[in-house]
Amino acid sequence: MPTLSRDALAAATDSAHGFGIRIEGVEQDFGSYPALRDVSLDIAPGELVALLGPSGSGKTTLLRVIAGLNTPDRGAVYFGDEHATNLSVQERRVGFVFQNYALFKHMTVADNIAFGLKARPRRSRPSRVAIYQRVTELLELVQLEGLGERYPAQLSGGQRQRVALARALAIEPRVLLLDEPFGALDARVRKDLRRWLREIHKKTGLTTVFVTHDQDEAMELADRVVVLNQGRIEQVGPPEELYDHPASPFVISFVGEAVALPVKVVDGHVEFGGRELHVDTHGLRDGAARVFFRPADIAIGGQGVGDLEGRVESLRRTAGGVRATIAIDGYDQTLEIDSALSSGAKLGGRIPLSFSNARIFPSDPISDSEFKEAGDGI
Amino acid sequence: MSEATPARSHTNVRTEAPATRLTLILVAVVFLALFLLAPLGVVFTQALQKGFGAFAKALADDDAVAAIKLTLLVAAIAVPVNLLFGLAASWSIAKFSFPGKSLLITLIDLPFSVSPVVSGLVYVLVFGSQGVFGDWLAAHDIEIIFAVPGIVLATIFVTFPFIARELIPLMQEQGTVEEEAALTLGASGFHTFVAVTLPNIKWGLLYGLLLCNARAMGEFGAVSVVSGHIRGLTNTIPLQVEILYNEYNSVAAFALAALLASLALVTLGLKTFLEWRHADALTGRARRRH
Repeated sequence: MPTLSRDALAAATDSAHGFGIRIEGVEQDFGSYPALRDVSLDIAPGELVALLGPSGSGKTTLLRVIAGLNTPDRGAVYFGDEHATNLSVQERRVGFVFQNYALFKHMTVADNIAFGLKARPRRSRPSRVAIYQRVTELLELVQLEGLGERYPAQLSGGQRQRVALARALAIEPRVLLLDEPFGALDARVRKDLRRWLREIHKKTGLTTVFVTHDQDEAMELADRVVVLNQGRIEQVGPPEELYDHPASPFVISFVGEAVALPVKVVDGHVEFGGRELHVDTHGLRDGAARVFFRPADIAIGGQGVGDLEGRVESLRRTAGGVRATIAIDGYDQTLEIDSALSSGAKLGGRIPLSFSNARIFPSDPISDSEFKEAGDGI
Repeated sequence: MSEATPARSHTNVRTEAPATRLTLILVAVVFLALFLLAPLGVVFTQALQKGFGAFAKALADDDAVAAIKLTLLVAAIAVPVNLLFGLAASWSIAKFSFPGKSLLITLIDLPFSVSPVVSGLVYVLVFGSQGVFGDWLAAHDIEIIFAVPGIVLATIFVTFPFIARELIPLMQEQGTVEEEAALTLGASGFHTFVAVTLPNIKWGLLYGLLLCNARAMGEFGAVSVVSGHIRGLTNTIPLQVEILYNEYNSVAAFALAALLASLALVTLGLKTFLEWRHADALTGRARRRH
């Protein structure tokens, strides 16, 4: 995708916009189903934040609460220092890009982009010339010069997405909100648009929040990621923190793959299938627990902290070594492990396994079922 | 070869033998000619059987003119009222969820499922001199039954599903997302309706208006019960046709009938035209969805 014209950007956003978003104790119920449960979040001015979670986690509901499209049952939303909870959608002046773009199909691209400016009350409405000028600048910004007279049906998915963004930027929004911005696009276009969105964000300085169920997208784009599950925030942090210091079993399972061994803590020791695992319990109380680690942190035949054994189910040659499918004793799923040719893995043979960077969480039935559901959704 | 076999069996399933095809088409055409075209032709030939002069004279008759005026008046009231009702009902059904929504959808269909005579009778029982509000209306000197207001009310009742029925599926399919987009862009509710909602439903709305109007002008049963058949005062065109016919004044009866039939033909023509335009929009939507 070509780079953006700086002039166009400068025109699109008159200055760096410095509105932070503060969400305090927001709750929303849909009938008996709680969509948001005591959600509090601080988003710094100019930050690019991803709301990540499986479907039904409340991420879109939270975005709509920020936009004023949903009214929360409890809690407050602030834009900067302004209490925005009681402001109408129109008064909030948010740029909202809908999941399927929601372009006005009976209007041309140019009319779509001009809609927000033309809809203003007469005294604050720009002149026709000014509106035309702004539409031209925005078309340039989203690299759709010359397509102003087309109708949305005549555009590709990626182009429609950019029209939706231009339309949202036209009203000089205080914050930019995007609902699954790349969900409906194919992989190639998605990659281009991701890079392009980050570029626009960098240059406009708009506080931007986007919703996604795709962890790669969240990790690649966002300054900070908010992981939501069943209406609650599980963890907020920069991508590397979610990878390296996941705060809950849900986060470790949802963000990247993880092996979850059901273990027992007895007298400060971790037991798995009659063996003792060398995992620091961090003072965990005795009882059922789970040990999590990444498949990438497992090695064959090492002398690490781990002490597992498994059977080689299948073996395939790869360019640099072998890929073995291994059934760990006492664990109901198989793992794929890449290792060197010299690892000594033989089909049907038993091999020792070691793992590192393990984390242990107490096993409670509710959160167990939660992360299992999330794991299925990946 | 293995690929050609399923393809051939596919066309075999869909293609009938020529004889079967011919028979089916013939049955449909003959049926149409016998039951639809022949009567329509009869209406016009009967109307013109004593020449165009007699036809014109029948239409210029005072009672006929009064009937035509009344019919136009009734349609001019009933159609806008049902336009408002239809928009309100379909908007609330398609865009909000509220308790009793499915009941409302069912109730909208009531005039379709109930006999028009019953609808007329209901109004007599409510507003007639022996009816629920009879005494109160008499005391305030308000005439509804056997007067124009009764005819208007009965017509509104009979025709109110047309516009709502047309709009509800259309609006449900379109959802609320374009309206939400307009709101986030700062548009007021009214501006959103005029600039976003209305253009999206305009063809369906026009189609519903046409059907509603055709029925409003042609309604017989319900209107017959509440009208009282006072010549020159409470007779609409369909009622006037019946009276003339019963008096063996067939030229006059068929002249008015021809007028109604022409209205039907014009409506049909407009409807076909709109469907053709509408179909464009519909396939456009379908194309985007797939």
